[in-house]
Amino acid sequence: MTAERPQRVRVTGPPRRRPPRPRTREVDAESRLGSLYVRALVREQLWLGVRTLGVLAIGLGTLPLLFWALPWLAGVRLLGIALPWWLLGVVPYPLLVLAAWRFVWRAERNEDTFAELLRELDDER
Amino acid sequence: MTAAVWPGAVGVALVVVTTLGIGSLGLRLSRTTSDFMVASRSVPAFTNAAAISGEYLSAASFLGAAGLLLTFGADMLWYPVGWTAGYLVMLALVAAPLRRSGAYTLPDFAEARLDSAQVRTICSVLVVAIGWLYLLPLFQGAGVTLGAALGLPTWVGPAGVASIVLVNVTGGGMRSITLVQAFQYWFKLTALLVPAMVMLAVWLDDGRPDAAALGRTDFPTDVLAWSDPLAAGGSQGLYLTYSLIAATFLGTMGLPHVVVRFYTNPDGRTARRSTLLVLTLLGLFYLIPPVYGALGRVYAPELAAAGESDLLVLLLPRLVVPGLGGDVLTGLVVAGAFAAFLSTSSGLAIAVAGVLGQDVTGRTWAGRRLGGVAAFRLGSVIAVVVPAAVALGEPSAGVATTVGLAFAMAASTFAPLLLLGIWWRPLTPAGAAAGLVTGGVGSGLAALVTLYLDGTAGWVGVLTARPALWSIPLATAVMVVVSLLTRQPEAPHVRRFMVRLHTPEALDLDRG
Repeated sequence: MTAERPQRVRVTGPPRRRPPRPRTREVDAESRLGSLYVRALVREQLWLGVRTLGVLAIGLGTLPLLFWALPWLAGVRLLGIALPWWLLGVVPYPLLVLAAWRFVWRAERNEDTFAELLRELDDER
Repeated sequence: MTAAVWPGAVGVALVVVTTLGIGSLGLRLSRTTSDFMVASRSVPAFTNAAAISGEYLSAASFLGAAGLLLTFGADMLWYPVGWTAGYLVMLALVAAPLRRSGAYTLPDFAEARLDSAQVRTICSVLVVAIGWLYLLPLFQGAGVTLGAALGLPTWVGPAGVASIVLVNVTGGGMRSITLVQAFQYWFKLTALLVPAMVMLAVWLDDGRPDAAALGRTDFPTDVLAWSDPLAAGGSQGLYLTYSLIAATFLGTMGLPHVVVRFYTNPDGRTARRSTLLVLTLLGLFYLIPPVYGALGRVYAPELAAAGESDLLVLLLPRLVVPGLGGDVLTGLVVAGAFAAFLSTSSGLAIAVAGVLGQDVTGRTWAGRRLGGVAAFRLGSVIAVVVPAAVALGEPSAGVATTVGLAFAMAASTFAPLLLLGIWWRPLTPAGAAAGLVTGGVGSGLAALVTLYLDGTAGWVGVLTARPALWSIPLATAVMVVVSLLTRQPEAPHVRRFMVRLHTPEALDLDRG
């Protein structure tokens, strides 16, 4: 055993406050440029959401019409199971997850682009 | 039922003990009002996703979907598809901004966006109405389930579920419930999946019989109609199907217990990611009910004829697997069903109690004012006791049907409010109030007509049974038109609020 005392260790939780971030003055000051950027972000995100739902509407939303227009489809069997059970019971779920995954990825990228733009704007000052 | 009740009794006892056990674990961690209401917003995405799914998968999913599939066939697949797709709609247009709005409840969101006490009050009334409309079939279903599985009188179900929910909610609030819900997702998945696999194995071992091979030709609908994905066929069938799609796709975002869940995410990005995980978890779960529907058609067609299709999931394992194996599987599904009743009704009770605690019991009454936690506890007593009492007096209704009405009401009121509030700056308090009242009264009247005057034939019956397809556009149109008529110059707080809703939290912005 050594006579040395163990070193003091500071026991802390994860930092509650992040280090100070650059203030994004353009948006706060509601300059024309700042609000233009916010509006562009909102428009981009809305358009992304609408496109995602458009895929949903075309993929799933047209199925009732399809079965209404072509009733014989309900009798088609695939691997011993009728087509509607495949199209409504199995296929939608992986497609929904795929569409959601794509949306999350794109939405985060839009936000990153927006943050990048603001940072550049502040650097120019 | 003359079969042994012990497996179900053991299963239910285990669920109750586990629920209260995990709940009391949370009780030691819950200290502040924020803990009670949103678990202090410190739940990781995966736990939160499991909790959202666990809370969302109600008895309508666990029992109702399989039963509907047995009786009506493929058109009922729209229920599980819609219940899942609702989360994609929510993800695409609502999830992150809603979380970033920083509000606890839907009335909070309305007040923050519109700065109006009247709109807040209307929202509070609607949250309570939708919550009770959803709690009612759950309590009723609990009575029927426990009656069939354990041979208990019907009043035990509502009373038992209501008391356990009350103990859990008043005890630990959102923190303990989050852990309980996350656990219950995995439990419900197991409880539905394992018996389904065993029964499929038995069916393959039997040489894959169909109903005719077993001499069960007493099924009410023929094979072709059973695979028809349009209810009733023709133009009414088309309307019913699209109205169901509208209600489930848009209703999810307006359900009070789903919305409250989103505030427990740490930030907007986590909200999105947990929604993606929720979609995955729900998709996994909803692959199973069709298996019960199809096997039920082979082994238990008499349930559909007897109008007991809600019991299919509970009774099927014993009909397919003889002896002890069937008993054990029955215990599993009964426990899963009981967990489904508990988890959704806990979530709804919290949402309704949160609103009552802020807007009713938290107010000053006769010169006295309750503290935050005490008001929340009193609120949860009211939230649970009222629908339980109604369920005791009125013990029966199809679980999935009444739940469908709750979805329609949410879709006709909160869905337009959230969508326009988040994406459309000109929305005014007057417009929001007019739209909420229109949608609420329209879908509410349709629900009352369907629940209390059943048997209305023709288009009137069709339009009231599934109101969403007319009530959502109506409410949205009223909201837009009245907003345009009462249009004012854009207020600074609306600009600030839009910045808050749509910009990532990592940016240091003035969010009002």
